[in-house]
Amino acid sequence: MPDVQSMVAEFVNKLRKRKIEGSQATAKCTVELLRSVISHQRVPHANQAAALIDAVKAVGQQLVAANPVELAVGNVVRRVLHIIREEDLSLTTAAMAGLDLLDASDDDDIDNCKGIGYPAMSAAVVAAAARSTLRPPSLQTLLEGTPESATVPYTSSSGADSESKTADKSSLTRKLKHDVIEGVNQLIQEISGCHEQIAEQAIEHIHQNEVILTLGSSRTVLEFLCAAKEKKRSFRVFVAEGAPRYQGHLLAKELVARGLQTTVITDSAVFAMISRVNMVIIGAHAVMANGGVIGPVGVNMAALAAKKHAVPFVVLAGSHKLCPLYPHNPEVLLNELRSPSELLDFGEFSDCLDFGAGSGSLQVVNPTFDYVPPNLVSLFITDTGGHNPSYMYRLIADYYSADDLVM
Amino acid sequence: MDTRRGALAVPKVRRVGFFTPTEPPPESSQRPNRSQSGPVEATTSSSPLSDSPSGNLISPVLIPPSRHHSDNLTSHAAAPVPVPGPAAFRRYLAHDRSLHVGSYNAPDSLLGTSPPSSNGEFSEDSVSLFGFQRSDSTKLSASFPNGGFDLTLAVRAPQESETIIETASASEGKKKIAEVSGKSESVTTKPQKEKEPKSLKDKTTKAERRAIQEAQRAAKAAAKGEGKRHADESVEANPGKAAKKPQPKKERPPISSSVSEKTAVAVEKEKRMDVPQTQMQYDDKSRVDKAKRRAVVEQTETKNKVELFLHLPQYERGSQLPNLSSNFFTLDTIHHAVYKVGLQHLAGDISGDNARCIAMLQAFEEAIKDYTTPPMKDLTMDLTTKINGYVSFLIECRPLSMSMGNAIRFLKNQIRKLPVNLSEPEAKASLCSDIGRFIDEKIILSDKVIVQHAVSKIRDGEVLLTYGFSCVVEMILLYAHEIGKKFRVVIVDARPNLEGKKLLRRLVSRGLDCTYTHINAISYIMREATRVFLGASSIFSNGTLYSKVGTACVAMVANAFSVPVIVCCEAYKFHERVLLDSICSNELGDPDAVANIPSFSTKAKQSKMMDNNKNLQFLNLMYDSTPSEYISMIVSDYGMIPPTSIPVIVREYRRENLLL
Repeated sequence: MPDVQSMVAEFVNKLRKRKIEGSQATAKCTVELLRSVISHQRVPHANQAAALIDAVKAVGQQLVAANPVELAVGNVVRRVLHIIREEDLSLTTAAMAGLDLLDASDDDDIDNCKGIGYPAMSAAVVAAAARSTLRPPSLQTLLEGTPESATVPYTSSSGADSESKTADKSSLTRKLKHDVIEGVNQLIQEISGCHEQIAEQAIEHIHQNEVILTLGSSRTVLEFLCAAKEKKRSFRVFVAEGAPRYQGHLLAKELVARGLQTTVITDSAVFAMISRVNMVIIGAHAVMANGGVIGPVGVNMAALAAKKHAVPFVVLAGSHKLCPLYPHNPEVLLNELRSPSELLDFGEFSDCLDFGAGSGSLQVVNPTFDYVPPNLVSLFITDTGGHNPSYMYRLIADYYSADDLVM
Repeated sequence: MDTRRGALAVPKVRRVGFFTPTEPPPESSQRPNRSQSGPVEATTSSSPLSDSPSGNLISPVLIPPSRHHSDNLTSHAAAPVPVPGPAAFRRYLAHDRSLHVGSYNAPDSLLGTSPPSSNGEFSEDSVSLFGFQRSDSTKLSASFPNGGFDLTLAVRAPQESETIIETASASEGKKKIAEVSGKSESVTTKPQKEKEPKSLKDKTTKAERRAIQEAQRAAKAAAKGEGKRHADESVEANPGKAAKKPQPKKERPPISSSVSEKTAVAVEKEKRMDVPQTQMQYDDKSRVDKAKRRAVVEQTETKNKVELFLHLPQYERGSQLPNLSSNFFTLDTIHHAVYKVGLQHLAGDISGDNARCIAMLQAFEEAIKDYTTPPMKDLTMDLTTKINGYVSFLIECRPLSMSMGNAIRFLKNQIRKLPVNLSEPEAKASLCSDIGRFIDEKIILSDKVIVQHAVSKIRDGEVLLTYGFSCVVEMILLYAHEIGKKFRVVIVDARPNLEGKKLLRRLVSRGLDCTYTHINAISYIMREATRVFLGASSIFSNGTLYSKVGTACVAMVANAFSVPVIVCCEAYKFHERVLLDSICSNELGDPDAVANIPSFSTKAKQSKMMDNNKNLQFLNLMYDSTPSEYISMIVSDYGMIPPTSIPVIVREYRRENLLL
């Protein structure tokens, strides 16, 4: 337990100091951390899913608080919670099906629960709760919720048959944890494999002699373009350099290393060049539920220019970037101001800044992200295929439980 | 009067073209030698009007008082001989201009000693005198393709004017011949055909010879054209010589209606020829090679050219600078002031359109001050070719901005319109004062007017956003601060030049509240802004703003955030071209400036090593064009106008500029 605690603390520190960059890397680290949290979590006999959820939530809250702008952390935590809930649900339903077979004589649902004993009983309660979360909230689920909590007292009082099922119980606990870890492993694979999944679709979107503009450095975009290149498409890529951080230079270097025709342009030339560009492809930092995109700084400018010239604006996003939240004022609230030293050298202006009366002040603004409203986005390409911005909320609902939206 | 006339080398040039240089200037000795100018001789001898006071002139250099002569001119209105077409239209133009010179330009009218009315006719005469010379000078400019500034003008001009000459002067020559002498046409033209090429080779200037060579090359293409051309040239020679003598001039007033129509068309053509100043297209191999052979600056082309911009010069920067600066004291074709400015442009020491334009004009002023007309040449013509040479040198150093093009056109117009009666020092003084006036009125004064206008749009508590560095915007902000307005300034900057830092420094040290950011953050910072002030490099007549690259982005984002965009631009930068995108006409900066990124981001630094890869290119665009729908208002010295009013201003302004 202590070593998990220290791992969490270490990761929180990293996040705070922004040592981990890129939503994919962050997501991966988060999942791995959560996996170890889950595996080290001692699961009580009663209500084991709830215990796991509580543990994950507690860690998740720390992580999200460490870097609230890195939405991938929250996404992944929610995904893990969702996995726990789903595994629990499937286990319970399986168990219930088995019990139905065993105690076919019992006609009452509550008697069934009595027969299994309290651990299974609590599992059923959680399963019911999970079921309710998976289902859209309705009056029926609300009504269903109350009797279950009422059932708990008298099920716990009846422990007659519990001894007969002890072996069952321990295997069941192990099974849940095992299943959850399996699910988390799948999630890890999904996150690390999202590039290939997205890149597979490249051939459908890039044709011969295309001119593509991209901005910032994104591994997804790199793989996407290279996949098209490998399929013998020849096209030209313009890369905006992404001024204070020069991520574009990194991307250009990678692209050139893979043999693509690459031209680096200044960010200011985006508008000038967009009229000769067939498609803008960017990698997102996060995709919001309304279809808005948070991307590298400058992306809104490119999106506006693309809209003006009717150039398709395509956003590549792995599923871990889909955020179930609706943004409010994302340009400010989901943004991060970096060090001014990236724009002006320290002390460069100290000679003309006189802190006496009547002197001017100097602020330097260096934001990291930019928000693109959904109406500027033509298409999202995720690992499950292409989607309209207006469809994103539905896609997102597949990945998360409504209970976890607020952590 | 006589001395002034004497100083005019124009008739001499005619002579230089067609006579041996060894011959002494006196007319008496010269005339008999002119075997090829038979018809002219005949004209002079047999013309009934030859008994004018100036008919008995001894030397073509000393032309008798023309006021007197022009008086005669009006009195002989009934003379039947038609007039050379081009000469007539030149005269028309000159007349028009000189009138306005009188009204607009005080120094000009003061310089002329004669009263304004006679001054007009005076120049009328002189212009018609040199009507053909002008066509020569256009040819000259064709032979000096000045890198693309008015290349099409230069290329088209000789052809068109030649055709005009061909038609008009041929008919004229015929008539004259028929009228004047018993000699048949064939007799008169043949000896010319034989003799002319040789004499031309001997005596023409290098430039003229080149012009002729080119003309001949063109003529070779059309086999039958050759003979015609010679005839044409010979005929061309005739009126020139005839014009030297005063007699034919008297016959000018009776312009037949058909001729005047023709001249009107010609004027239109001339105007149109003036308009297109398309840049040289650098994907045109042959022309580039031609330009290169003449180039002073030996530019090395960049290895990795961007395909989309092959039509623009893509040269490596900086490599030739040391070489050029070592040439500073040895180079004689380019005036040292111009050379210096050229190097400053090349090195980027002078940036900003106004600064560049002023530097260039001042260098030209210097050059004109030091200019002396070569013994056998005409000031108008020779100075124009000189200026063309300077301009092409400057273009080699760095492509001219639109406003510089406008200024050069103004200067050339000024030179062309110089009254012929001016002595060389007077002409030079007039040109210098014109240049000074241009700088004062069109740049400095209009900036002041713009500041006054723009400040009225700044209210207390506003946040003004500006992009890059524009000296007009700086003046506006400082002035607004001075008069006590309370506002905040957001300076948006962009790589690679980071000119905004300069502005930031100046504003902060003057006590303004500033926010500094890069263009990528524009949509972050735009929510704070209440007004956007932008500078301009040029505004085209379709309302497109041509300015520092990134301006379009700023205007677009401002438009998206519903922030008014105010463009501050002096009216001399308005241009009658139209432009839709930023690709067709642009300037490419040093690609290395993009490739080199500041040291703090060490991760990205290795990208520099990839320079030699042929797949990787760096594109450093200098300008972009902003569609007019993003511009709320243009503040110019003509007031605050919408972008749709630009063509109107351009039209009015151009007329004024022509007549200035």
